[in-house]
Amino acid sequence: MLKVRVIPCLDVKDGRVVKGVNFVDLVDAGDPVEQAKLYDAEGADELCFLDITASHEDRDTIFDVIARTAEQCFMPLTVGGGVRTVEDIRKLLLAGADKVSINTAAVTNPDFVRQAALKFGSQCITVAVDAKSVGGGRFEVFTHGGRNATGLDAVAWAQQMAEYGAGEILLTSMDRDGTKQGFDIPLTRAISDAVPVPVIASGGVGTLDHLVAGVRDGHASAVLAASIFHFGTYRIGEAKAAMAAAGLPMRQGD
Amino acid sequence: MQTIAIIDYGSGNLRSAAQAFERSARESGASADIQVTDDLSVIARADRIVLPGVGAFADCRAGVDRVEGLRDTLEERVIRGAVPFLGICVGMQLMARAGFEHLTTEGFSWVDGEVHRIEPAAEDDGRPRKVPHMGWNPLAIGGVDHPVLAGLRDGDHAYFVHSYAMRLDSADQKLATADYGGEICAAVGRDNMVGTQFHPEKSQATGLRLIANFIGWTP
Repeated sequence: MLKVRVIPCLDVKDGRVVKGVNFVDLVDAGDPVEQAKLYDAEGADELCFLDITASHEDRDTIFDVIARTAEQCFMPLTVGGGVRTVEDIRKLLLAGADKVSINTAAVTNPDFVRQAALKFGSQCITVAVDAKSVGGGRFEVFTHGGRNATGLDAVAWAQQMAEYGAGEILLTSMDRDGTKQGFDIPLTRAISDAVPVPVIASGGVGTLDHLVAGVRDGHASAVLAASIFHFGTYRIGEAKAAMAAAGLPMRQGD
Repeated sequence: MQTIAIIDYGSGNLRSAAQAFERSARESGASADIQVTDDLSVIARADRIVLPGVGAFADCRAGVDRVEGLRDTLEERVIRGAVPFLGICVGMQLMARAGFEHLTTEGFSWVDGEVHRIEPAAEDDGRPRKVPHMGWNPLAIGGVDHPVLAGLRDGDHAYFVHSYAMRLDSADQKLATADYGGEICAAVGRDNMVGTQFHPEKSQATGLRLIANFIGWTP
């Protein structure tokens, strides 16, 4: 039986790990490669690097981080942040990423996702959907860390991205990100039930019960969290044990 | 020192495959020169050949065909020269007679099977199962005793990401399976050839073990 994936995410800026609360007030806390090795040893199912300031600053530092990580961690690595061109994707994959996560560029030019999937295969194209509740049970896609509304309905958008060749959807609730109040379950469930591809739930994890709820109630195939792991509130192994105890199929011990 | 050629035909992340081979060789004490290459002279002299592959079957086949002489060199070395061969993911699928992804594409006809889209049964609660099959799934090896799987146990997890899979004509060439709303062919083998649908280079200790076994394999 396929196992539920637990994916620790490292927000990286200038080659260093950071984690923001609602994308501001950043705290610098460590070397991403050391963190990645720790997560690897603890049994993380995949790793995710998000180059959070990639839209604004020189991003060559990320290639070195990816290359050093790929030398030591033999597990899938997804890298997102500022992925705008086929050449960006090629460079990330050559550095050692296995998947790239496309966010703003998909909204600006949806056909980019189609081109990327054709060129590199759906298996390495993740589309990141950042959504906020706009009332009435509707969710809208936002870009630029939740600052810019797009007018796109999140469910219809996720479906379109899957049709265009996205191999999975990384869904982040911008209402919940950084709040530790748990995933937005209605959002997660609406998207997970609407698309044929796997959905990674993200944004708002504060407890291990939140991880369980994302899969059990939100129907996500995988859960992503940053701060609970990064600040050591919970270890990866604890998270997986709690999820297994709740009856979810988890990979443990190998 | 042996040379291992990881064939570069424009498909996917070869760096992670090369690094996994380097690590496995180092840890198992094997002296190996790992070459990521599309140079036919290197491939023709290699002691082992690895064909990775991600994306679509037809694209990968076209990628092989774009490297002039590669298909013939592979046939010469793997079939007539009996050089140990490992196909990974679509590299394994190319060992089939044909793939039916978007259109019908001929494979190498090294194993007796075809590649079709997976159609997993629904989840227990009736929700459709997601495609691609993506993530960690335990291997069922059963009674298969193959040197490349030595030390791997039933239930060891491997990392999969694919929407198409091999359907073998008979169980003779089947080395391992996984369950995803039905049986998934996880590994195939015949003579000097093995193929894995999963990614050993992404499967942590289990994958490194399989790679070390392949490096030390004398078919």
